[in-house]
Amino acid sequence: MTDHGVIASLLALTSGVVLLGAALALWRRVARGIVNALRVQGLALGATAALLGLQLHNPLLIVTAALLVTVKGYVIPKLFARLIHLDPSSSETEPVINVPASLVASVFLTMVAFVATRPIVDSARSFPVSLVPFGFAAVLIGCFVLVARRKAVSQMVGLLLVDNGIGLVALLLTTGVPMLIELGGTLDVLLVVVVLRVLVTRMHAELGVLDLDALQELHD
Amino acid sequence: MLSLLIIGLPVAAVLVTLGLGWRPSTPWVGVVADAIVLTIGFAAALHDVGHRAHSTVGGNLRIDSLSAFMVIVIGIVSLLASWGSVRYLRHEVESQHCTSRHAVQYAALMQSFVATMLLAVLAANIGILWVAVEATTITTTFLVGHRRTRGALEASWKYIVLCSLGIALAFLGTVLVYLAAVHAGGHSIHALDWTWLTTHAHALNPAIMRLAIGLLVLGYGTKVGLVPMHSWLPDAHSQSPAPVSALMSGVLLSVAFYALLRFKVIAVLCLGETYPRVLFVTLAIMSLALSSLLLLSQRDLKRALAYSSTEHMGLLALGAAAGGPLAISGVLLHILGHGLAKGVLFLSSGEIALADGTSDVNEAGGLLARRPALGGAVAVGLAALLGFPPFSLFLSELTMMRGEVANHMAWAVGLSLVALAIAFAGIATIGRRLLLAGPRGQATGLRTPWSAMAPLVLGLSLCALIGTLTWPLVPLLHAAAKLVTS
Repeated sequence: MTDHGVIASLLALTSGVVLLGAALALWRRVARGIVNALRVQGLALGATAALLGLQLHNPLLIVTAALLVTVKGYVIPKLFARLIHLDPSSSETEPVINVPASLVASVFLTMVAFVATRPIVDSARSFPVSLVPFGFAAVLIGCFVLVARRKAVSQMVGLLLVDNGIGLVALLLTTGVPMLIELGGTLDVLLVVVVLRVLVTRMHAELGVLDLDALQELHD
Repeated sequence: MLSLLIIGLPVAAVLVTLGLGWRPSTPWVGVVADAIVLTIGFAAALHDVGHRAHSTVGGNLRIDSLSAFMVIVIGIVSLLASWGSVRYLRHEVESQHCTSRHAVQYAALMQSFVATMLLAVLAANIGILWVAVEATTITTTFLVGHRRTRGALEASWKYIVLCSLGIALAFLGTVLVYLAAVHAGGHSIHALDWTWLTTHAHALNPAIMRLAIGLLVLGYGTKVGLVPMHSWLPDAHSQSPAPVSALMSGVLLSVAFYALLRFKVIAVLCLGETYPRVLFVTLAIMSLALSSLLLLSQRDLKRALAYSSTEHMGLLALGAAAGGPLAISGVLLHILGHGLAKGVLFLSSGEIALADGTSDVNEAGGLLARRPALGGAVAVGLAALLGFPPFSLFLSELTMMRGEVANHMAWAVGLSLVALAIAFAGIATIGRRLLLAGPRGQATGLRTPWSAMAPLVLGLSLCALIGTLTWPLVPLLHAAAKLVTS
């Protein structure tokens, strides 16, 4: 097997882990477990960037990889740790859609992702592009988490699953968007997490729990 | 240089505000900055009409007639909103609803919000546009939650989660456009330039672009408040402090709509007229139907105004779907008129809340007798919003409808008229309860201070003035409309 063959198989593996991370977040009920699933996904995303950098001899992608590993593998999970400490009861004890049904839904969403990305995969016919459906599936599962989970921590994770999925698509399709956009995007995501964290802290001070079902005042 | 100066002003205002700390004069910093932005916007518009776009900062910022027009809209409405914030902040600090630190935060965030919106309309490429629109979400979340009530918390959570999700989808769309652009021979960040994309639109892969445009319309449509991604809007608008609602409803929605207008040109050039039209029309019909029906059952003034925003965005989407210079000129004029009328009405709702402590139309009833000046402003504002002449919304709605007929969408006129009639019934009921009916035996003829009335009168006079004397704007509107019609 050539060097590129090894890298290609590893790429397939890391992209698969990005999807697996999303499914893992649906499967776990304990808040810490959900955040760990997110960390696994973030690290897999960083590894994908590094592998692509090696394959294409592109040093900028190695920089992106370092950025991704730091932010998604370390900074963001760290921001979550304090929140979980704040309210140990933010585990998913009673999800809106139960775990087995959610997992079935995730299989269905993965199939949808494969169908929807047909035009992209067909248009390129190159190897990394054929992995794009994994990213799309992670995006769809992230959206599903946003609908099916009502704890504040889980919703934040859902948003980040979507973001990681899109990150994977961007890496595989275009070997990353231009650096300026990459930096702007990462900064924005980090700020969104910080803002959400402030809101969660405020929620804890106001309600004592991190459960969105406790916030049901506004409706028509 | 001009575009850098325009964005620099509110940024400078943020720094000055933070440096000054809380003083009675602090809120005026923003007012001054916004007034200068407005003046420069006019200067740029006069200078740019009929000329080519000017770009700066390594080609990442640019200003053309459409951007200049949007700068003017942002300038006018943010001027009104920061002016309204002066009284709001003084009242909050004096009544000890918020500490002076939070007041400074509010003033700084308001100007950061204005800066991010200006960046969005001056961005030369769709990547920077995306970063800027995402940044508007971040700056406004704390403004939405500024009153720190339970409702404000719920509204800001819903706002940031839904809008971040929407904007994430828009990012996916942006990545796909980049992919198509790279395939068509573009490279690095310049492949995301508006100019590059429009000139090379025919070479972009249609299968990829179809998916990309769908995601972009859905993503930015979330920020516009189009149904089915609208559910953050009534909550955020009703829970925010009034000047923030004025700014969000008056311009934030339109800034996101501006992005849709630009993307539509690329979509039409690449995929033909039908696909983008079907997308826009679907969203427009859903928005018009849902918002006009929900308007019928509202009891809260701010919530009703929020649904009316969704309705007007639906009208804009219908006009944009028709395309053509006439309809697009109408769309642009409507953006300006809606910004003014909605800005004034939200600021008035803030005054009502200050005076009566509620925005429920039944509790605050009899406003016209109790506070004639404020009640008068609300009455005139509602008339403007409903599209009565001489206000500019009358003219712009008429222009959009003429454009729709000209572009073989006569049925859209019928649809708009039905939605307008239902909305009329809803808003008229709200107006009647708020202005005429209401508890008897309360003090009547109370004065409203000039400091409160001045921004309201300014906004309404401008709206009427533009409606009667459009000619100074006509060349600008035509030049801007030409940029977004293929």
